[in-house]
Amino acid sequence: MATLKAEKIGYIPKGRPVNSEFQLMLRAFIRDPLAILSFIIILIFLLSAIFAPLLTQYPQQGLGEPNIAEKFLPPSRAHPLGTEYMGRDVLARILYGGRSSLSIGFLVVIIAVLIGVPLGAISGYYGGWIGNLIMRITDIFLAFPALLLAIAIAAALGPSFVNAMIAVAFTWWPWYARLIHSQTLSVKERYFIEAARSTGISDFSIIIQHILPNVMTPVLVQATMDIGSAILTGAAISFIGLGIQPPAPDWGEMISTGRIYFIERPWFAGSAGAAIFLVALSFNLLGDAFRDAADPRTRRFSA
Amino acid sequence: MEALLAVDNLHIHFNTYAGRVFAVNGMSFQLSHQEIFGLVGESGCGKSVTGLGILRMVPPPGEITSGRILFHNKDLLQSSEDEMQAIRGRRITMIFQDPSTTLNPLFTCGNQIIRLIRVHTSASAKEAYKRAIEMFESVALPQPQRIMKSYPHELSGGMQQRVMIAMAIAPGAELLIADEPSTALDVTIQSQILSLLSNLRSEKNISILLITHNLGVVAEICDRVAVAYAGRIVEMGATEEILFEMMHPYTQGLLAAIPTSAQRGKPLTSIQGSVPDGLEQLNGCPFYERCLHALLICQTEMPELTQIGNESHFVACHLYPPKRK
Amino acid sequence: MDQKPILELRDLSKYFISNRGLFTRTEKKVRAIDHINLTIHHQEAIGIVGESGCGKTTLARVILKLTPSTSGQIIFEGEDIVLLSSRELHSRRRNMQIVFQNPYSSFDPRFSILRAISEPLIRNTTLRGKDLIQRAQELLDQVDMPGEILYRYPHEFSGGQLQRIAIARALAPTPKFIVLDEPTSALDVSIQAQILNLLKSLQNNLKLTYLFISHDLSVIQYICDRVAVMYLGKIVEYSTTETIFNGGALHPYTKALMFSIPIMDMKLRQKRIILTGNVPDPANPPSGCSFHPRCPFAKEICTHEGPELRVISGGHLVACHLVISPSW
Repeated sequence: MATLKAEKIGYIPKGRPVNSEFQLMLRAFIRDPLAILSFIIILIFLLSAIFAPLLTQYPQQGLGEPNIAEKFLPPSRAHPLGTEYMGRDVLARILYGGRSSLSIGFLVVIIAVLIGVPLGAISGYYGGWIGNLIMRITDIFLAFPALLLAIAIAAALGPSFVNAMIAVAFTWWPWYARLIHSQTLSVKERYFIEAARSTGISDFSIIIQHILPNVMTPVLVQATMDIGSAILTGAAISFIGLGIQPPAPDWGEMISTGRIYFIERPWFAGSAGAAIFLVALSFNLLGDAFRDAADPRTRRFSA
Repeated sequence: MEALLAVDNLHIHFNTYAGRVFAVNGMSFQLSHQEIFGLVGESGCGKSVTGLGILRMVPPPGEITSGRILFHNKDLLQSSEDEMQAIRGRRITMIFQDPSTTLNPLFTCGNQIIRLIRVHTSASAKEAYKRAIEMFESVALPQPQRIMKSYPHELSGGMQQRVMIAMAIAPGAELLIADEPSTALDVTIQSQILSLLSNLRSEKNISILLITHNLGVVAEICDRVAVAYAGRIVEMGATEEILFEMMHPYTQGLLAAIPTSAQRGKPLTSIQGSVPDGLEQLNGCPFYERCLHALLICQTEMPELTQIGNESHFVACHLYPPKRK
Repeated sequence: MDQKPILELRDLSKYFISNRGLFTRTEKKVRAIDHINLTIHHQEAIGIVGESGCGKTTLARVILKLTPSTSGQIIFEGEDIVLLSSRELHSRRRNMQIVFQNPYSSFDPRFSILRAISEPLIRNTTLRGKDLIQRAQELLDQVDMPGEILYRYPHEFSGGQLQRIAIARALAPTPKFIVLDEPTSALDVSIQAQILNLLKSLQNNLKLTYLFISHDLSVIQYICDRVAVMYLGKIVEYSTTETIFNGGALHPYTKALMFSIPIMDMKLRQKRIILTGNVPDPANPPSGCSFHPRCPFAKEICTHEGPELRVISGGHLVACHLVISPSW
């Protein structure tokens, strides 16, 4: 009986693996060498930040304990990246510094996404006065320059790094709101949304189950790249002294204090700079790779 | 009489993730001067790809793997890219289904057509302007001067398509490939456009290769028709012959599937199954699985396009074996 | 036929307001549908024919309350659904469903077929788990699709197959009334025939009522009992399919539409009317009878007075001065 039916209506895919949109994207992603490379780099940084105590002989120095006697030692067997101005092992500082830098990067983006996405979805789906209201609010927030806002907050509330980064998140959520708003506008016109409404599905369910999954891809791309930018911004804030205060480790702070000594003793400013550069670049490339893999038109074909 | 365009055993493949798709599998047909030739078939038959192939514009991952395309007896597939550039847009032009996406929204219609004329001919700005107005008049656009200054989005779909046609024939083309030119338009506008194409054929000495899935359109204006299935021609001949004395089971199925008032109350004859997806290269006739009259030989041997009766009717079907001398 | 109609539209209108500026008082009213009156009986198949801008798509949306109407009544099974609250409407929704033109846009690409069909089932029934899956398979069976496809995704199917699944989904809440908005326009002719056969047999087996919207007259004539021709938001002619398609069309626009069905017969072709001009912009309708700029028979009265939809003979309505008052 089943075979008769299949004959009547034609070829039904048999035996091929089920291909959801996500799986197709994953397959394209795996074939992209830059994607794999950047993913590995990020993974290395993440793991080394998590397992920092196990990777260095000087965990205490990583956390801030000074060791003046051994200051400014060039890279050697005992200290692979040398020591800095307080004698602390640079590698340990980098590893522990990664913890705050990376977590801040994720924190900022998560806050921006959590605020921006729902607001954008609501304003895009409902439109009307609430859409207008939300869009005008995003306009207001977009007018703030991130760094200056962070400085202002720091000046007002004291230089807490977390406060500064939350301030940055507050200037970033509008981008997500805008992105989701325009994506929602196009998705909501598609027939399957009307089909869902015609069977009585509530607006809330439609937004959560239909709209959001279909608009998340650009958010994923943007968020990935933004993590890199957030780390850079965090470093910038630390660089001007509003971030994590020493002796707690931080890459931006290391560049800031290290630049004075840079000509003769480049290793600690240099390695901090290299770390920031590598991480930010990798997140950027990763985001790019996601974008290429997600768009069916730019997916690569096999030979 | 020498044919204007002769496509000979054309093969075009697409290398995709899922494997090799044989989109065009030995397509052969000929167009004469001042002829409207319909290439008709359903989705997946390779007709649009053939149209692109004639201009060597098949997008990757597609490639033309074998065959000849003779334009005035010169093989286009052997020509250099420079020679092709001289032909595209000038001697062979193409118009597509949706004019709103083929006209550039940033420039006025006048700007676009004048630029086109000056690229392909050595006309001065003034001469180009004059020619543009002439072209707009020949496609029955009202108030050509106003159209020259308008942007595409200010015009309706039918008018945009006329602008497209004007641009296509402005440099003096000999062959116009029209890929579903009226499908996106309203039905009453469709009649206008088809009637326009028919007039152009006689007034401007152009041949038209009309690619469509709509048999009605073919019946309207085509002199000759070729029915395509799975990348090959299965039947070809003068329009009347094909419509009234069709021979290939697929053509019969297509015509029978069109709802008419005579069939009210009765189930429509549909062709069971669906078009093969082109991934496997079949040995026998590609229509075998869906054919109601299939013979054993149809499963193993591909039928050749053979002449039937008088000179111009061709069929590729084992039900009509070639005459033995 | 049943005595009471399943759907009655009384003086139904939907206007869109455009160009309302903050400081300007001018509002442009786009009359998408303008005082429509229509009665549909149980198990009938009514066709709506017209070109872009005629309002047929808006009509479909308004009837299902996917868009709110501006004025008029929509009486479904005896009650005016315009007056219902959201919650009351939710329970009526299962009785009317819609099938769209483009099967690929009709499905969320991230939903498996099972999830897509389950959505209306979860909303409208208490079936869950195994029972749910079984019901989904039954629905697929009704449209001649095998049950194994439940775990596949929309992009893996051809247009015709996906449209069958769309029909299965529409049948899930066991509706009585289905709006079909150009369901076969995007399909090849041989697939269209399969789908039309399916729709016809479903109508007979499940006692359904159809509102069939199309620009393709050959399809309308095959599947519909009565036809309404729309132009710029108004019904200009309404009659049985037989009348209209057998030479009984009276309105000039209907006649032009008839002739635009590409004709195989060469002789008939000579008597054609090919309309000049474009389909007008609904935001800027012509004065009087909105068809007059394109009408080959337009008279002076047509330019300033819009004709009413009048009964000509039993069941045949036309809105045209030339037909209503032949003494021009």
